[in-house]
Amino acid sequence: MIAEHVAFGIIAAVMVASALRVVTARDIVHAALYLVIVLAGVAALFLLVGAEFTGITQVLIYIGAVIVLFLFGIMLTRSDFDQDGETDHKRKLPAILTALLLLAVMIGALVDRFGDDRLDPTPQTTAQVSDELFSQYIVPFEAVSVLLLAALIGAIVIARREQGG
Amino acid sequence: MSPAAVLSGLLAVEVPYWASSVIKLGVVALLVPTAALVLGYVFLLKMMSFMQSRLGPMEAGPYGTLQLLADGLKFIQKEDIFPEKADRTVFALAPLVVLISTFLIYVVIPTGPDAVVAQLDVGIFYALAVSSLSVVGILMAGWASANKYALMGGLRAAGQLIAYELPLVLAVMGVVIQAGTLDLQKIVAAQAQGEIFGWDGIGNPFILTQFAGFFIFLVAVQAELTQPPFDMPVAESEIVGGYQVEYTGFRFLFFFMGEFGTAFAFAALAAVLFLGGWALPWGDLEHWAFNIAGPAIMLVKVLAVAALIFWFRFTYPRLREDQLQRMAWKFLIPLSLANIVVTGIFKVAL
Repeated sequence: MIAEHVAFGIIAAVMVASALRVVTARDIVHAALYLVIVLAGVAALFLLVGAEFTGITQVLIYIGAVIVLFLFGIMLTRSDFDQDGETDHKRKLPAILTALLLLAVMIGALVDRFGDDRLDPTPQTTAQVSDELFSQYIVPFEAVSVLLLAALIGAIVIARREQGG
Repeated sequence: MSPAAVLSGLLAVEVPYWASSVIKLGVVALLVPTAALVLGYVFLLKMMSFMQSRLGPMEAGPYGTLQLLADGLKFIQKEDIFPEKADRTVFALAPLVVLISTFLIYVVIPTGPDAVVAQLDVGIFYALAVSSLSVVGILMAGWASANKYALMGGLRAAGQLIAYELPLVLAVMGVVIQAGTLDLQKIVAAQAQGEIFGWDGIGNPFILTQFAGFFIFLVAVQAELTQPPFDMPVAESEIVGGYQVEYTGFRFLFFFMGEFGTAFAFAALAAVLFLGGWALPWGDLEHWAFNIAGPAIMLVKVLAVAALIFWFRFTYPRLREDQLQRMAWKFLIPLSLANIVVTGIFKVAL
């Protein structure tokens, strides 16, 4: 287990450093690129605990799609290249408080659910994941897909209304 | 389960883990530039020239075979120029991100029962996920160049790659449903051991049942490579090379290697998914000889698929941005969804 611990330490350190840079970077594109490193770190952690499918999904969805949309939006809306200090804003304190609250809730939930449990280190196969997804977790799975569909339709409706329809 | 295992079997010596990892890395690191050179010479320099009734390069080496090596040496000698307003770090890293994405695809492509860098349970899903990383590199290049043509090219590239990633993934779904696995080695085995209505003479290459998937995959690959007819992001005649416009020397070379290396990787994925990969439908799949014959069989199939890809590239005129988006969202995606539904019905019914 030593190699895994060392790997975890390195990945976690890189993630924390990059996460701090996400909120302190003066340039918003740099912030988005640091976020890529954080998300890649999450994927690496998933791989480390043997959740191959989840790790790869993390890369495909978050880095391949979400970040690309972020960058796409940023570049589409601000085209002048030297803007410094624009990422700072006045509501720093509420933002920090919200982040701390979220951290407390997540730590509480994780400790309450898992406590001192040790993770089973055997890698999960894709077949296992899909079996569980379509039997035990079928209701949340379907609920999420309906939610996504609603968001999709909502986005199209809003976009069309603004066009002057 | 690795080339190193084969090597240790042949030489009757034990190859330690670190050594086999180094060997694998070396093989991939050599394979990407070689693949780019082969595709660049055979198709870009020669096939295109012949289709246009000219000879192409003839001076460097016999029949111009060393032309691309000479070009590569030339690129390395060039000055490494940064535009004055460029974001230097991002500008410098962008070509590397594109190239790393290409390298990572090669990790899972199997060329024999043991001749694969890593056999992953999520195989094809992994390959498609890492191939999508190149978009980040392209956006970085487009933005960091501080040039309006580059930014325009980057934006066009992002819009196009997002649109065509969906049909690319959905086209593969048909094969995955039919084979019942994401593992590329098992997809190869499923085709080699399959049978067509009880006749197992040629196995069951999925191009027969998944022809729609093969077609969608090739069109989407063409768009992912930003090659003509989907070359709006780099269109020389309007945005003078798009996100590549400010790049010189070896950084430009990286983009070139990324493009052709990825073309080779996608051709290899198409060969594995639809043409049966490294296997022949006769004989024992586990036989050690496949580790030597496999790469050769693969190469023939990869070149056949690549010939198709480049034939399209040299034949069709460029699509306009709106035609390009309409093609993805209104034609390819519905077609691939229909293909999934039909495949699913047959899978359950048969």
